[in-house]
Parts: sequence; structure tokens; C-alpha cells
Amino acid sequence: MLTKDKLLEFYRGMVTIRAFEEEVRKMHNAGLAPGLVHLYSGQEAVGVGACAALNSDDYIASHHRGHGHCIAKGSELDRLFAEIIGRRSGYGMGRGGSMHIYDPATFNLGTNGIVGGSVPLATGAALSAKLRGTGQVAVSFFGDGVLNQGILFESLNMAALWSLPVVFVCENNGYGEFTEIDDVTAGRPYAKRGEAFDIPSEKADGMDVLAVHEAVSKAVTRARNGDGPSFLIFDTYRYSGHHVGDKQEYKDDEERELWLSRDPIPKLADMLVAGKKIKQAELDELDAKIKVTVIAAANQAKKMPEPDADDLARHIYAA
Amino acid sequence: MAKISYAQALVDGMRESMAADTTVSLVGTNVLGLGPQRPLIEQVRDEFPDRVFDPPCSEAGLASLGIGAAMAGARPIIDFGVGSFSLLAWCQLVAEAGVAHHMSGGQINVPMVFTMLHGLRGGGGGQHSHSPQAMLWNNPGIEIVVPSSPKDVKGLFKAAVASNNPTAIISHARLLGVEGEVPEDDFVIELGSGEIKRPGKDISLIASSRSVVTALEAADELSGEGIEAEVVDLRTLSPLDKDIILKSVNNTGRVIVIDETNESCGVAAEISAIISEAAFDALKSPIKRIARPNVPVPASPLLENCLDITPDKIIAAAHDLVGN
Repeated sequence: MLTKDKLLEFYRGMVTIRAFEEEVRKMHNAGLAPGLVHLYSGQEAVGVGACAALNSDDYIASHHRGHGHCIAKGSELDRLFAEIIGRRSGYGMGRGGSMHIYDPATFNLGTNGIVGGSVPLATGAALSAKLRGTGQVAVSFFGDGVLNQGILFESLNMAALWSLPVVFVCENNGYGEFTEIDDVTAGRPYAKRGEAFDIPSEKADGMDVLAVHEAVSKAVTRARNGDGPSFLIFDTYRYSGHHVGDKQEYKDDEERELWLSRDPIPKLADMLVAGKKIKQAELDELDAKIKVTVIAAANQAKKMPEPDADDLARHIYAA
Repeated sequence: MAKISYAQALVDGMRESMAADTTVSLVGTNVLGLGPQRPLIEQVRDEFPDRVFDPPCSEAGLASLGIGAAMAGARPIIDFGVGSFSLLAWCQLVAEAGVAHHMSGGQINVPMVFTMLHGLRGGGGGQHSHSPQAMLWNNPGIEIVVPSSPKDVKGLFKAAVASNNPTAIISHARLLGVEGEVPEDDFVIELGSGEIKRPGKDISLIASSRSVVTALEAADELSGEGIEAEVVDLRTLSPLDKDIILKSVNNTGRVIVIDETNESCGVAAEISAIISEAAFDALKSPIKRIARPNVPVPASPLLENCLDITPDKIIAAAHDLVGN
């Protein structure tokens, strides 16, 4: 049974991510964030529920829609914003940007612009943990597009073969870029991809933070006990399309409304209020407080200095 | 000093690296190809049975498995066997391993080694004969080691494992059986240090990997004719010892750059460009390149041999330059 504190931690995490992404949208629309930005809005339950099942020194590897994972794993909001808008104090000195945010302090091996990039990286981190006998677990977050990347199968095979402590978390938001995943993917249900390697595989509701937390906790326990990998698929939805500015003409209103009605934030709020754990007014107050904190971090980032072009040749090679 | 084969020296470098650091592991065991040296790798397995993995044929997955492990505190050695197979892992090499340190603002290190065999090997054809070092060199963030002798491969191997960067050790398939003297003390050869393999005043032969051996044979013959060639072994491409190149060119004024990578955008092309920019005034004649012609490697022995770099080709080029 989860405590009230834990449930509120989930709530706070999801609201923070939603507010963060709204600021990123504004930054992008204001021309501050270079390239494309891919918002995590709608998928918060997956990142928050999964990361809450981890120890602080467990590894994660993320994908191009990865701000939420960074926040859920504990990165600082102002430095995240700073990286997204290419400032010197960002996590990568402004070189990485939105799709390449590494934070070793939170054992985050990076958001990743290569579709499928996180899968072998987390598998490798799990190999390292196993070889060093540290008891750490690694989680790979990846989108449904990766279901059709060969490197997924290479990694599942090795993880199963060597019984590595890794959890594969597929966030199925229904679309790979602008294409419906079902139009380009054979082999249903998709969890069969894990089963093919005798990896325990499960599909769960990615719009329900409690369901995500439960499934990932079970998988993490398995991994930590030396019982090997798990393959999880969470059905979820991306509200803002592939990237900020995507008009999403390929979606219809009915579909959008259906998913909005399943939004993970009000779902948890309703549960908390109905269970008399907290009053709606208190949640509203919490929302307002979080918004103030997030906006303050965004403003802080905007004041941070631009990178120094003379620094560009630094850190190509490690000492 | 003991005389041992390149393959044995490579194994010795690997064993000493693994003994010195328990986080070093070997994933892939075709490091020495499929020829007579192949069984030597079993010495590593015998000594470190828990740290040697026989992986599936999954080059891309393996490469990034190693990268993730390296980011997370291990020092893996990932073996591709045939250099051509590294092409399957190109994205992981250049767009993960090579860029992570820079994109993370220096926070993430990728301390690992990739091993592979390159070059003409007899019947390898267009899918087993690549020399990927020039293609790799086109990408920042990766160290590239191209040894020419048993001593070099052992000393450079240890430096590569100890380095905090992703480092490719690219050995020529035809060097594996070549014997040479290797010091018995615990030596390391710093990455980025070239070596004058033979001093000379008349012409500089700049080479790496097996081309150094060919250049030394040519230099012997040229010496008999009264032409003293200086043979410069680059030993590593990244980091590159520019000083040793420019010093030699300034001494001789005549240059042949010899390398088995393709002529277009190859190692010889880059070295020639560096010399043109930094030592043009020292040149008494145009720079000559002896590189692999821009054709896919054919399987027929007759055709394959046409592409090989031979002492005769170097001698003919030297005659052109010194006017004989």
C-alpha cells in the first residue's frame, strides 16, 4: 500500500513535468530553443511511476522525448531549461540541447536523438552493474518506434542471455513521428517481442501512474534479485504531437478527447480527493506553487550566459 | 629482449591491462582472426574466465552495450573481429561513443576499446577487407591506434585501455604473425607519439600499420642505391603526432605518404594536407601518395594483389622524387 506522501510525490512529479513542458513550448515558440523540441506532456505517468521505483543510483537511459525522465530522476529544473535553450550552465554546456541531456549525478545516461539509442546503453549499464557486483538496475525508456529497430532485438537477446538487471520500458504513444504505429508494425501483441527471448513481458496502462509504478517495481525487484530483464509496454499518448509545431492533422478529435479523458494527473487527483487523502483546494494550491517554481527556474535559465565559442574545442577528448 | 609475434604481444597487452584493472572485460573473441594465431586468445580466457564473453553476431548492439557499460563505470573491450563489421555499428561509434563526452559538457566519459582487423588479407573481397580508420578519423571524439609492430601493439594497447576515451585499435590482418622484439619490462606507449623507425636524410616515408613494414623494406633497398629514407611510423592517428611528421619533412624536403586506406579522403590525403599547410616551404618536390586505389577490394588473388602496397611501388615513387 502506497503512503499519502508517496502518492503526493507522484502527483508533484507529474504536475512539475507538465508545467515544465509548457514553459519549453513557450521558449520554443519564442525562438529560444534551437532545433525541434519533443514534449513529454501526456506521458508523465510512465516517467514518474517508473523512476519512483528506482534507487537514486540506478541508471536510466532515455529518448528524444526525455525531459520528463530527467525531472523524474531528479535533475535540476534551471539547468535542464538552460540546456534546452543552449546556455553555458546547461547540463552539456549548451552542446547537447533537448535531445542530448546527460546527468551522471542522477545516473542518467542521457536523452537520446537516435531512435533506439537508449536500449543498448541501458543494457550495457546493466552489464557494468553486474560485472562490478553493485546491485544497480538500469531502465531503458524508448518509444513505440523502437519496436521496429533491429538493435532492440540485439539488446533483448544479450540481456536475456546474460540475465542482466535491465528493465525495458516501451512508451507506446501510438505514433512513430507522424505514422500510426499499428500501420507499420507486425506481430501483435507487441509484448511478444520480449516473450520471443523468454523475457517476462507485460502491457499496462501508461495513463495510470500507480499501474506503471507497480509493474516497474516488480521488474526492478526481479532485476535486483538477479532474475534478469523484463519487457514492459505502457500505452500512453503525446498531447503535442511529434514536436512543438506539429499540427497533428493525422489525429481526429474523438481520439484526442478519449485520451484527454484518461489524463493521469486528474486521475490521481480524483483518487486522492475521493479517498479523503487531500482536499481539491490543497491540490490547487500545490499546482500553483509548482507553477511558480517552474517559471522561476525558466526565468533563471534565460538569465544564464550564452556559451563561449572559444570553448568549443574543450571536452572533445577526456583527460 | 624476447622475440614474439604481433598477436602474442597484443594478447600480452590485453592480459596485463585486465590484470591491472578488474573493470576491464573482453566481449568478442575473434580478436586474432581465424588464422594460426587464433588460439592465443584462449590465454585471456584461461586467466580471466569471468571477464571474457562470447557474444552473438550483433555488432551495433555490442558496440553500444560497451558504450553504456563504459558510461557506467566499466572498461570494456569490444571486438568486431573483421574491421568491415564495424560498419554495422557506425551510428554507435560516431554518434554515441564519439560525441557523448562533448555533448555532456565533459561530464560523461566513454573509457572503452574497440578492436578490429583491417586491410587486404587474401580473399576478403569487398566485405571483409575494409580499413575503417580513415572513415573513423572523419569523426571527432574517437582515438585511433594503428600499430605496426609487436612492441607497439603491446604498449599502445595498455595505453588505450587506460585512456578515458573510446579508442579503436585497428590491427592489420597480415601483421598478426609478424615477429619482433618486445621489451620485458612493464612499458606503455603514449597515444599521440609517433616513432622514427629508421632515420634518413633524403626522403620521408610516412606510414602507419602494415605500411610501415613495407616502407622499411623499401628503405633497405633504397639505401643500397644511396638514397637514405626516413621511415616515420604514426602509430596513432588520433591523437596525431604532427611534430614528428613536420620535423621529418623539414629535414628531408621530400615526402611519400603510404597508407592502405582509400586514396579519397584517406589517411594519406589528410597527412598530405597537413604537410602542405604547415611545411610547404620545406618541400623540394610535390608530395606523393601511395594509397589504395578507389576501387572495391576484389576477391581474385591476381586482382587483390594489384591493390597491395609493395616495396616496388614505394621505390618507384622515391626514384621519381629524387630524380633517378
